[in-house]
Amino acid sequence: MDLASAKMIGAGLAVIALAGVGAGIGNIFSSLVGTIGRNPAARGQVFGIGMLGFALTESVALFALLISFLILFT
Amino acid sequence: MASPIEQFKIERLIPIKLGSVDISYTNSALWMTIAVVVVTLFLVLGTRQRALVPGRWQSMAEMSYEFVANLLQEQAGNAGRVFFPFIFTLFMFILAGNLLGLIPYAFTFTSHIVVTFGMAIVVFIGVTVIGFIKHGVHFLSFFVPKGVPAAMLILIIPIEILSYLTRPVSLAIRLFANMMAGHTMLKVFSGFVVALGVLGGWLPLAVNVALTGFEVLVAFLQAYVFAILTCIYLNDALHMDH
Repeated sequence: MDLASAKMIGAGLAVIALAGVGAGIGNIFSSLVGTIGRNPAARGQVFGIGMLGFALTESVALFALLISFLILFT
Repeated sequence: MASPIEQFKIERLIPIKLGSVDISYTNSALWMTIAVVVVTLFLVLGTRQRALVPGRWQSMAEMSYEFVANLLQEQAGNAGRVFFPFIFTLFMFILAGNLLGLIPYAFTFTSHIVVTFGMAIVVFIGVTVIGFIKHGVHFLSFFVPKGVPAAMLILIIPIEILSYLTRPVSLAIRLFANMMAGHTMLKVFSGFVVALGVLGGWLPLAVNVALTGFEVLVAFLQAYVFAILTCIYLNDALHMDH
């Protein structure tokens, strides 16, 4: 197997991690919507933390993407 | 068709060399200058009237101030208020950079790891220095969480130190990767619009419109997350209640 093909396969394997991130982000927003549904007054307090949690989880996705790009382009 | 990576290329607008050091005025520097000018004008012109009941512009300027002030107050308490100018500058600079990049043919200077890592390392070194100034050598007890049995400490402490050291890395990569991925996606779908022509091009165009809207949200969100994480790290350094 030549290097270019191995790189492609490696890049593809690296993004499998995004499945976990998708589940995680869904989890965050599901509990966010549930909390706001049960207690609409808490929206202001909970929303900021929810956005922070989303961004932190997304950064894991970007780490995986970064490794994928590193494998593919260097 | 041009590669979607080409939009991130640094171009020297005014080549300047200091001996062997290249300090040219690049497109990145130009857009940083524009960001600073835009933020300054937004705040200065917005609060020119100094009306007691603010009009729209003054309201926006005051809201952005209040937003960051509340963020800092909530995370770092009263001890953190001294650092407000720094956090506010950081937030507005990143926000302006992210938003200006959405203008067609503009350059997103926050999509370069050197820029975001520069900011993240400033935050990291600043927060660590503040921690050592405030607590002295006792700051190192930050890596020993309370209530951990002694047998686990030998495992926990290296993990704590490692996770502390990856803070600037994660800060930098989060912002840089978000911006780069967003703009690359926009470029790829724009390529599809051109490739599919008049008949099929409307679908990727609709996706592009939605993506641009999403990118505006991401611009705000990433600036907010950078600022709030800086406030959280500052709180860790000021009040070491780990």
